[in-house]
Amino acid sequence: MSMTIRADSQANELLQTVEALSGQRLAACYQCGTCAATCPFVAAMDLPPDRLIQQLRFGLPGVLERRAFWVCVGCDSCAERCPRAIAVPRVMEALRLIAIRERGDRLAVAQLPAATLRDLPPIALVASLRRNTG
Amino acid sequence: MSDGNGLITMQLMGKSYQVPSGLTIMAAIEYAGYKLVRGAGCRGGFCGACPTLYRRDGSHRIFTALACQTLVEDGMCLVQMPFVPLLTRPYDLQAIVPQPNTLLQHFPEIAGCVACNTCARSCPQGLPVMDYIQAALRGDIERAAMLSFDCIACGICSSRCPADIKHYAVGLLARRIYGKYLAPPAPDLARRVAEIAAGRYDAELDALISLPAAELRARYEQRSFEAVADGAEPYSATRRYNSPMDPVDYQDELAG
Amino acid sequence: MQLAYYPGCTIKASARQHEQAALAILRALGVELREMAEWNCCGVVHTLTSANLIRHMAPVRVLARLRQQGAHEVVTLCDMCFNTLARANLLARQQPEQFAAISASTDSELRYDGDASVLHLLQVLRDRVGLAALRARVRRPLRELRVYPYYGCKLLRPSTVGIDDPETPTLLRDLLEALGATVIEGHLQSRCCGAYQAVDQPGLVAERVTATAAQARAGGAEAIVLSCPLCHFNFDTLQPRNGAPLPVFYYTQMIGLAFGLEPEELGLEARQIDQLPPLRQRDRAQAKGGAA
Repeated sequence: MSMTIRADSQANELLQTVEALSGQRLAACYQCGTCAATCPFVAAMDLPPDRLIQQLRFGLPGVLERRAFWVCVGCDSCAERCPRAIAVPRVMEALRLIAIRERGDRLAVAQLPAATLRDLPPIALVASLRRNTG
Repeated sequence: MSDGNGLITMQLMGKSYQVPSGLTIMAAIEYAGYKLVRGAGCRGGFCGACPTLYRRDGSHRIFTALACQTLVEDGMCLVQMPFVPLLTRPYDLQAIVPQPNTLLQHFPEIAGCVACNTCARSCPQGLPVMDYIQAALRGDIERAAMLSFDCIACGICSSRCPADIKHYAVGLLARRIYGKYLAPPAPDLARRVAEIAAGRYDAELDALISLPAAELRARYEQRSFEAVADGAEPYSATRRYNSPMDPVDYQDELAG
Repeated sequence: MQLAYYPGCTIKASARQHEQAALAILRALGVELREMAEWNCCGVVHTLTSANLIRHMAPVRVLARLRQQGAHEVVTLCDMCFNTLARANLLARQQPEQFAAISASTDSELRYDGDASVLHLLQVLRDRVGLAALRARVRRPLRELRVYPYYGCKLLRPSTVGIDDPETPTLLRDLLEALGATVIEGHLQSRCCGAYQAVDQPGLVAERVTATAAQARAGGAEAIVLSCPLCHFNFDTLQPRNGAPLPVFYYTQMIGLAFGLEPEELGLEARQIDQLPPLRQRDRAQAKGGAA
């Protein structure tokens, strides 16, 4: 079975939207892997950041179903080191936003256990709502 | 538009009506021939039953108001909002132990407040709604109770909130917790209740009850007020929280 | 010195000890923090897309209120609040069209002239009070303590708002050494703890804090000293319970102990003093009226 893939195609709607929301031009990425090497949470990601970007650029299916961008917590470690000055956390946030728009909130705050809500510092809940809901 | 004989045009549920100017929205709706079976209550701005959304001619903005308190304007296009659906969170007030996260625990959506202030700007009572939600978020239950004190639970704030917070429910729980657990105890009250129960005032009350009507009226008209010291303000629990609905300064009434 | 102070929700809810300790040490240093008259949640975290501009309202409103209250600078203790406020401030100053859109949607009720600065307490201590002044105020040097300073991410990154080098920060090391403590360092000290993933992906946090605590312990540290209330919560609750979790303290509490202040003044509970044998010994020595 063969399939045609194109890098950075104008017909790649997801890529267009991600770039518009994040303000990043993903064609700048030259796949050095520094972001993946830096990320403290890469082991929990189903795709490391550089491969996620690559799959986005080539319009490969299943990008929005990945867990990787929900794992990203926006610590900016990768952003500080990217030699191409790509703000990878912004790309992750764009993917979260698109996924939320298409599929609804990822976190149902009303269903968190009472004990969790009792003990959490408010910033944890506020930040989690910002990143996981629309 | 106004046609010179004191009639103005309003649109209700998409239909146009000519009503006299000077009526409240609620009166205008009834003038137009409707019988209000819901969305009407005290007609005095205190029960919160009549929230109304409206637009004015020539402006895209949506305004909110209480129908019984707001005069109808020429070109108003309005709709009534009988209630705002509320996700009730069952709680047992007897079992609540007030903690910083208590309000957050019962209403976790308050963590979604973006401080846009839409709620305060739509409140028909002019209350600092965002500020009491913020107080609730940081565990200041007393402040949340005090700032929300005059809330009439009309729900307009919630209908406009981008985070779908049910402000009036948060305020209500804050006030209940405050009243039950946080308000300073009033030993004088307990003492007075005990005195009454012990019959200390029975004789005096019996004497008053058996007075002839004329004598009773005379005594009422000659009743004395408790003197207020010069410069002292009438007591208000909410005053330091700047509620716009603090009690009237009775000094003026006494002097006049 | 007087500075406007923005506490943030968590300081008031679950991190009161950090504020308590901060106010105590600042009193000793002649610095007065004045809590802002009216303030709101900073809306942590900084929104990273060009959509959802409404999410910038909360931090900008804090700055607008600061200006309304007549101040130009505000200090915060919470790293996450600092980061969110500082980045919103940058946005308001550097992206006026975005800010104009935010303001217009409120009917211009939200107005900010861009004329405020956001400071973190560590910046104030380093740059305005100065480590020399700090050192001079030390009465009971922490000589017997071996500590691992933990920065987390929000204090250092992005470097446009960070207060120290994100790769090799030195602020906490310099501060703790000025207090007489022995500082153990490691590369994990500026690696994110997982922050808000504690809400519904606590495994991510547990893995990070375990690894960081292990590095600290391997270097001989007895405690982790940090700044952020969320990092504190994560280290305090998500280290593995078997074996002894490494105790965690706020840097304000360490400063207070070195100043000779009482643990109660610093929001320290007895069980926390108990976790550190050197502190327990000091306590006993103090109770007996003995020398440090």
